[in-house]
Amino acid sequence: MGNNNEKIVSSKEIRNKTLLAFAIFFLLIIGALFGWRWINNQPQDNGIPTPLRAVLNGNENLFSNYIYSPDNSSKAYSPADAVPRVRVNGDAGLGDDFDAAAWKLQVVRKPGDTLFLSLDEIKALPKTEVIFDFKCIEGWSQITHWSGVKFSDFVNKYQLTNQSTMNYVGLNTPDKKYYVGIDTRSILHPQTLLCYEMNGKPLPMNQGYPLRLIIPVKYGIKHLKRIGTIFFSNTKPKDYWYERGYDYYSGL
Amino acid sequence: MPKRQKMAKRLHVLRAKSNNKILILQQMKKIVKKHPLAIRWFHWINFPVLAIMIWSGLLIYWANDIYRLGWGNTTVLKFFPDSFNKALNIPFRLAEGMSLHFVFMWLFAINGFVYVAYLFFSGEWKLIFPNKKALKESWQVILHDLHIINNLPPQKKYNAAQRIAYTGVILMGFGSIVTGIAIYKPVQFKTICALLGGYEWARIEHFTLTILFALFFVLHIVQVVLAGWNNFRGIVAGFEVVTVTPLPPNVNEIIEDQDQ
Repeated sequence: MGNNNEKIVSSKEIRNKTLLAFAIFFLLIIGALFGWRWINNQPQDNGIPTPLRAVLNGNENLFSNYIYSPDNSSKAYSPADAVPRVRVNGDAGLGDDFDAAAWKLQVVRKPGDTLFLSLDEIKALPKTEVIFDFKCIEGWSQITHWSGVKFSDFVNKYQLTNQSTMNYVGLNTPDKKYYVGIDTRSILHPQTLLCYEMNGKPLPMNQGYPLRLIIPVKYGIKHLKRIGTIFFSNTKPKDYWYERGYDYYSGL
Repeated sequence: MPKRQKMAKRLHVLRAKSNNKILILQQMKKIVKKHPLAIRWFHWINFPVLAIMIWSGLLIYWANDIYRLGWGNTTVLKFFPDSFNKALNIPFRLAEGMSLHFVFMWLFAINGFVYVAYLFFSGEWKLIFPNKKALKESWQVILHDLHIINNLPPQKKYNAAQRIAYTGVILMGFGSIVTGIAIYKPVQFKTICALLGGYEWARIEHFTLTILFALFFVLHIVQVVLAGWNNFRGIVAGFEVVTVTPLPPNVNEIIEDQDQ
């Protein structure tokens, strides 16, 4: 007693204090429920409510500008660690009508100025191997073994350094049915490959023959299979899974 | 409660020595402050936010729902049975789950860190962190709650079992954040990821912590229901009501305190 945490009061006062507290409590519950409804009833921005999209874009800004470092690489493994059977998880953009013989990589240097490159021309560049834990946005991962040309080597060789000061790189499949946009910082990461081999052999058709992207600092959805066109842009290029509610950045 | 005791709650008959007069005293009520306003806010912000984190976590987990309890080909419990997923309409909502998870994670983490900072600066940590006797006493609390023994050791705001549970849940929250960071950005935070045993282990740990949160929730609700209204009012209004029998000033000695 005599403690200022304790006070003798009338039953009426107790009742009033209790009622007041619970009235505020219920108002807050109702407020929270309305807040939840409000979020879910907002207009959609690429598959999710606008407020959620705004925060995801904020996350992208934070992680791409302040957390991402080209010095942080996906852990490298030895070829023996790689799984022999690589999971195939999607075939968007891999239509049957693909004419492999006629394929050339198209690099849009600027509108109306497109570079056409054959697979042999790409293979003439230094070959880089990447063996890493491939992470799918679904939550599984697999140690897989890829080889190809570092995107940064490719940029230097074909004098795309001016273009690569732009914010984003866009990639499309030849049929334009699958497309991704990637921040230039991530695509210039030393582990990012224009990849033409898996487990030491040419890419299988279902892994994007003849050339695909391998970008270990991103989820699998960004590793576009069968590159048709590459272009540079200061605004976000179209992105297949972004349009379906996923995070644009999808960086690891 | 026996009838005799119930009566005693309302009336006490006290006989004073000085004049041999019988005084009938009505009991009075006292409010005792229990949870500071800040802690009530932290608690009630955390409740819906953690619920959204778990819910969105279920939507995400579904896309690769490989965990189970069992050995070899024997599965005791699959996480989660199809009926569970179906009943809650969980399938094919990965994008929605991720968007919620990576928005509400901020509220969960900020609320959690401010809460822990508050515990330290207010001194409330002394009431929550387990003390030296906590292990032994928490065993007595468990035996008491299971009606095996009758007496509880003296306690302040929380008994020893509560101290362990509430401190444990803070550590679990911290663990969820750390394992979550390891899964969210395993390349940028590769050291954290490696310390947790790698990407797949971090995901298992993150999942296990979620299951522990769910178990904590069930136990917490059972205890809150058993503890009753006065206790629940404490986390909403901040106070509990205690009944006392104040003595009038002319009574200096009680000879007999007898229920009637």
